Amino acid sequence: MQSPAEIVPHSGGVIGVSWLMIALPLLGAAILLLGGRRTNKWGHFLGVAMSLGAFVVAVLSFMELLGLDPDQRRRGFELFEFIPGMVNLGMLIDPLSISFALLITGVGSLIHIYSVGYMSHDRDRRRFFAYLNLFVAAMLLLVLSDNYVGLFIGWEGVGLASYLLIGFWQHKPSAATAAQKAFIVNRVGDFGLLIGIFTIWTTFGSLAFGDLTHEVTGQASQGTLTAIGLLLLLGACGKSAQLPLQSWLLDAMEGPTPVSALIHAATMVTAGVYLVVRSGAFFEAAPTAQLVVTIVGVATLLAGAIIGCAKDDIKKGLAGSTMSQIGYMMLGAGLGPAGYAFAIGHLITHGFFKANMFLGAGSVMHAMNDEVDMRRYGALFPVMKITAVTFIVGYLAIIGFPLLSGYYTKEGIIETAMHHNAILGWLAVLGAGLTGFYMSRMVFMTFFGKKRWADDAHPHESPAVMTWPLIILAIGSIGLGAFLVLGNRFMTFLSPAVGLPADVPEPHVFGVGPAALATLALVAAGAAFAWFRYGAAQVPALAPRGSFLTTFARRDLYGDALNEALLMRPGQWLTRIAVFFDNRGVDGLVNGLAAGIGGTSGRLRRVQTGYVRSYALSILFGAAAVVGALLYVGNI
Amino acid sequence: MTTHYLVLSALLFAIGGAGVLIRRNAIVVFMCVELMLNACNLAFVTFARQHGNLDGQLIAFFVMVVAAAEVVIGLAIIVMIFRTRRSASVDNANLLKY
Repeated sequence: MQSPAEIVPHSGGVIGVSWLMIALPLLGAAILLLGGRRTNKWGHFLGVAMSLGAFVVAVLSFMELLGLDPDQRRRGFELFEFIPGMVNLGMLIDPLSISFALLITGVGSLIHIYSVGYMSHDRDRRRFFAYLNLFVAAMLLLVLSDNYVGLFIGWEGVGLASYLLIGFWQHKPSAATAAQKAFIVNRVGDFGLLIGIFTIWTTFGSLAFGDLTHEVTGQASQGTLTAIGLLLLLGACGKSAQLPLQSWLLDAMEGPTPVSALIHAATMVTAGVYLVVRSGAFFEAAPTAQLVVTIVGVATLLAGAIIGCAKDDIKKGLAGSTMSQIGYMMLGAGLGPAGYAFAIGHLITHGFFKANMFLGAGSVMHAMNDEVDMRRYGALFPVMKITAVTFIVGYLAIIGFPLLSGYYTKEGIIETAMHHNAILGWLAVLGAGLTGFYMSRMVFMTFFGKKRWADDAHPHESPAVMTWPLIILAIGSIGLGAFLVLGNRFMTFLSPAVGLPADVPEPHVFGVGPAALATLALVAAGAAFAWFRYGAAQVPALAPRGSFLTTFARRDLYGDALNEALLMRPGQWLTRIAVFFDNRGVDGLVNGLAAGIGGTSGRLRRVQTGYVRSYALSILFGAAAVVGALLYVGNI
Repeated sequence: MTTHYLVLSALLFAIGGAGVLIRRNAIVVFMCVELMLNACNLAFVTFARQHGNLDGQLIAFFVMVVAAAEVVIGLAIIVMIFRTRRSASVDNANLLKY
């Protein structure tokens, strides 16, 4: 067991100006948003350039980091005092954050380039690129900050960018609703994160990652640590669409497809995994919280896979698969230092192959007049070969086809989980089998079988600006996993940031353990079943009613119904009761008082008759009363 | 020995008060008010005599002065009302009400 290295104060070099990674896309977003229509012509080029600029800075920082000794590879420096005496905003460039920065800027830049083609017909392309840049900046702030406050600002920033991008086509009511749903569900998670940060501050008096080492956290009570862990996990669940806050991700597919690829597959949804790994010092000290993380991960990976099995909408199928894969990462992140490297590794390879497949799905939709129903696809392989081949590469990677990216990282998570707890391990194996089924189903329904196209569909291959990113991402999907995992390259690289487990397993080119064989067998069985159902057999163009289980999965495991029944309805009742009380109780009291006074005075003014005599009589009675009272008092 | 004067004063005051309350003619009401004032004067003078000092006598003069001024103003008002409404009845002048 080896603890993370100390953070070394840094100055100079490329790392010294690594804040440019955040500043460049932020500047791009500011120019595009403030510049207005004047920037319409060249806005998308500026967006791409800013993203590429950030990527270059990330690569140079990475090079500089590699040039240092491993135990010197956590470089931190302060940018400015944010809250005097409490929080200083600074950058932390270490193996963990630079891995994320490379993924965000690398995949992000490819998606920027792809979007130039994908959004070329959209009148609001400039605004789209402004939001993409804003997202990249916020996400980089999230991962590069050296404390929880900076992380939280980035966290909210990506939430905002995600909201703006899901609702990008705000003229569609479904998109506007989906954006609000994503925002509101994320609020629940953010609430947990915020309370968690408050708890950390009150317990430890610091929010800097550098101060919150294992020695420091070890001194807190078990209850506090568990509470912090669970609160941070709630935040992670919101952002990473884990149970029970998963419901927004499927609706988020209303956004343009590059958004689904960038935010809801490759980068933003992995922020929760980052948070859990970055907060390892808390989770490793709180086994209960860790156990909950793994349970959430396993539950989500199964739920996502089941949902993926029944979706006919290609993007929603991919969204279910994203949920499921992030479940794997969460599982890995809950396993301590042994799982971190695989979780982050899977996150990176997943970033590649999922972005690849999402962009491939976008390419297919682009060709099929924005049709998303896979039952209207079929036999697309011959007409769009590049898209099909790259998609299939991504598909092979995600199902864990031997020697491809996903195989190494997912296998690593399953092996580690098996080592940790056999039940978790076997459930993860089951999830892998389901992945084999639903991804094969997707590929067979889209690219093979018979044509089920709409009458006016004339599919064609997408332009080069869209296919080149696909090709680059496909290459990553092939080789990245082996590169990262073999020889424990990534684990060694990551260890200064997250620590190293006591027993480092020796990775192998082709695993033959019982878990690996069972996984392969299940995946093969799933794929074969999918071929039997959707490849060889005729796929009906209209979805059949299906069994109870199919409906269950189609309705997202009744997640929305559950939310409605448990949260929305009681909330409505509460507001109705409040409205009733307000109308009848508060308003009634005020109005009743006013009416009472008004009515009484209306009757009382009748006393003023206008007859002098009656006034004189009143005076007489009054005088008599005064005299009587005086006599009475005088007698006492 | 001054009790009789006080009784007379009270009687005059009561007659005046009853007149104010009962009579409708403004002039008569006015005269009744004067009657009440003079009943008070009588009481003042009586008490002054009874207590052997001049305060009550003094006040009586003040009351007379005020009554004289009041008669001037009051009669002028009554004449004006009579001119405009052709009536000196206080019950007819009842517009200032709810």
